[in-house]
Amino acid sequence: MLRLLWLVPAIPLASALALAILRLSQKSAAWLGTCSIAASSVISLLVSISFLNAPPASSAYTQVLWRWFDVNGLRPEIALYLDPLSLVMMVVVAFVSFLIHLYSTEFMSGDDGYGRFFAYLNLFVGSMLTLVLADNLLLLYLGWEGVGLCSYLLIGFWYRDPANGRAGRKAFIVTRAGDTAMVIGLFLLFHDLGTLNIQDLMHRAALQWPTGSTGALAAAFLLLGGAVGKSAQLPLQTWLPDAMAGPTPVSALIHAATMVTAGVYLIARTHTLYSLAPQAQFAVAVIGAATLLMAGFSALTQHDLKRVLAYSTISQIGYMFLALGVGAWPAAIFHFMTHAFFKALLFLGAGIVIESLGGEHDIFRMGGLRRELPMTFWTFLIAGCSLAGLPLITAGAFSKGWIVWGAYSAADGSAGLWVVALVGVFLTALYTFRMIFLVFFGQQNSQVTRKPGQAMVIPCLILAFFSIAGGYIRTPIASYLSTVLPWNPGTNRSPSFGEMFSEGAVALVFFLGLCLAYMLFLRRRDYSTALASSPAGSVLDRFWFSDWGMDWLYDRLFVRPVVWLAKAGKSDPIDGFYAGVGRLNEIAWRGLSLTQSGRLRWYAAAIAAGTIVLIGVVIFS
Amino acid sequence: MMNLMEIAFFAAGAVAVIATVLAITRLVAVHALLYLIVSLLAVAVVFYTMGAPLVAALEVIIYAGAIVVLFVFVVMMMNLGVQDREIERKWLAGRAWIGPVILSALLLVEVIYLIVRVPVSATVSSVLTPKQIGLALYGPYLLGVELASMLLLGALVGACHLGRTRSEARQ
Amino acid sequence: MTAIPMADGLVLGGILFALGLAGLLLRRNLLLILVSIEIMLNGAGVAFVAAGSRWGQADGQVMFLFILAAAAAEVSVGLALLLTHYHRRQTLDADSVNEMRG
Repeated sequence: MLRLLWLVPAIPLASALALAILRLSQKSAAWLGTCSIAASSVISLLVSISFLNAPPASSAYTQVLWRWFDVNGLRPEIALYLDPLSLVMMVVVAFVSFLIHLYSTEFMSGDDGYGRFFAYLNLFVGSMLTLVLADNLLLLYLGWEGVGLCSYLLIGFWYRDPANGRAGRKAFIVTRAGDTAMVIGLFLLFHDLGTLNIQDLMHRAALQWPTGSTGALAAAFLLLGGAVGKSAQLPLQTWLPDAMAGPTPVSALIHAATMVTAGVYLIARTHTLYSLAPQAQFAVAVIGAATLLMAGFSALTQHDLKRVLAYSTISQIGYMFLALGVGAWPAAIFHFMTHAFFKALLFLGAGIVIESLGGEHDIFRMGGLRRELPMTFWTFLIAGCSLAGLPLITAGAFSKGWIVWGAYSAADGSAGLWVVALVGVFLTALYTFRMIFLVFFGQQNSQVTRKPGQAMVIPCLILAFFSIAGGYIRTPIASYLSTVLPWNPGTNRSPSFGEMFSEGAVALVFFLGLCLAYMLFLRRRDYSTALASSPAGSVLDRFWFSDWGMDWLYDRLFVRPVVWLAKAGKSDPIDGFYAGVGRLNEIAWRGLSLTQSGRLRWYAAAIAAGTIVLIGVVIFS
Repeated sequence: MMNLMEIAFFAAGAVAVIATVLAITRLVAVHALLYLIVSLLAVAVVFYTMGAPLVAALEVIIYAGAIVVLFVFVVMMMNLGVQDREIERKWLAGRAWIGPVILSALLLVEVIYLIVRVPVSATVSSVLTPKQIGLALYGPYLLGVELASMLLLGALVGACHLGRTRSEARQ
Repeated sequence: MTAIPMADGLVLGGILFALGLAGLLLRRNLLLILVSIEIMLNGAGVAFVAAGSRWGQADGQVMFLFILAAAAAEVSVGLALLLTHYHRRQTLDADSVNEMRG
């Protein structure tokens, strides 16, 4: 059964090709697109069951398909590698993708790019699965670039509006900066260690590079650059809010559940390298902590429903980075899993709300929708509670609490990071419930024009179930992942006092946030509007609304100089040199032809002057 | 105390220079030619003081006596006279002097510099008789004589032809 | 009897040549331009004779004779051309000789 592993990424890729080439009706495209992902999910489940029942030696299974190329010592293979980490990622990715495909069949109906949409989406899933199952970094990079391409294609899906194209370009260019760093990291790794096969790399690195050596540091920082770009962390997070220009299923799948977690996966995969470069690992933690705070503040001020969720995604991935940075590797992966469930659900719900109101995105123009869209309301509420971390019930609470505890107790944790994580919990609760109260409670400001059909509601229900139930498998997941990822903070012993205290603090902070949101956005809305329009408040509001001014900064720092350079080069100054030679000759010609004036006395004077010059030459030589 | 030849040289040289200056600045063509004759006669004296009596004589006979006479004939034919004075005055206005003065001054400075910078030993003091000149002419420089005669023939033919076309057109 | 130093003769010749050049560039009357040419030739001749007398040899004076012959030839042809031009253009303005434009 394990031998079917190659089908998991292959089926979506094949169906993407078919969807791209064949001209299918909407119904056929929907069936083909969704069934291929369904098949991929089923096969991934079968493979997982087989893997769990009879784990192969060293709990890793490699399936080599063929040798890619062989050039001067670089011999990457198209090979898939299955171990607990990639198994968890594969199952989550396939399953959530299937649900979102199901949702899209109804969401995108009527759009004349229907077949194109499913082709791109399938291509994305195929690339993401390739990324997750890759045996060597080059194949991983292939999947990495594939998901980046699909992200660009799908953000700018409605290409007739130039703003969407700009958003797609912005995403592509910003992640490109990170990708370039990653490629240089790959070069460095191959140059120093001689291979790109991940397991071989980790072994050789441990042997060859002492802890803190420049080779390990350089490689770790460069790979971190790539991860930061793809996962929209500081300083490359500016593309994700604008990526909300794409259709909502795209935002749900790519920019919430899967692609943005590729960076987390990369760091977790190469964790040995980061253990060898403690400064890089500390940088990961700092980036995570800073990002989760920044994005949290920004999410508090947004008006667009999807942008709130986008900043929320950035913030939650900041949590994952924080966990990676302190060495709590399984916590990061577990949070990825729960986040995939509840964030996808939040986006799907947001999509239903937006479509029902006929395209309204502004939460201040929504309200009171819990009566008209009950199913959506309840699933959205469950997902929101999971995101904020309602204790004991929701999956998000388990995973987030684990990270908060790990920020203090793990190998590189500290009290400062613990406090930051707690503040993040407060912010998360605040903005989540702000969003929920503004959209679903209060008086209704917009009319509901469409109600969602079954294909949109059923995925929401399924994801809501997992947003609750997913938390209970924390202990098995932890012990399962500990075979590959170190750090298992003793889950079969009773929790220590510190851990109980931490969990209690998380719960307290959650309720604080909930109450504050209730006060400001449900009971006395005028308080929040007064706060926002006070002098200090409005400055902060604008500052956080514009993502702490980072767009403005990047515009001044990078965009304008490059555009200026491009405009300056438009007249082709290098070629101008060669054209200038010709023009010089022309000027000389024009000048010299003036001497042929035909005037006798002019010629006489010229002769006299020439004579003087020649005699002068004789004198002075 | 300079001897007679040197005094004569300097005096004749001064006359030549002054006469030339006057010749090139006159407004009436005939006046310029008359001053030219004076200049040429002074140059003949200079030649004599340098020990070249034959050349001095030839200067007077051919240069002043034939070439300048040719000029005078042409002036007569074209009836250049006092009536052209105004035109010449206009042509010799202030701005016309700048270029020529500068260029010829530069040339003069360069030439004098070239002459003066190399000290030369004293000149041989001798007077060359026409006999010596004749022996040189029909000795080593015979070819030159023949060529000069062909040159003169060519000039003759050319002038004749040019003149005939003109006189035919007049008829 | 001491002879005239060569430098003095050469300088005199140079002065006459420069004056002739000045006259050539200065005057606009074609006839006087030809007169200036004659002055220049004369100056060159003075230089030759001075150089020849330095060595006491006949070469300088022979050269002067050839210059004389050339001057005569040139003056005759030049004046013939001048008369032709005057016949056509009725003017002796040097600026009327301007048809060989580049």
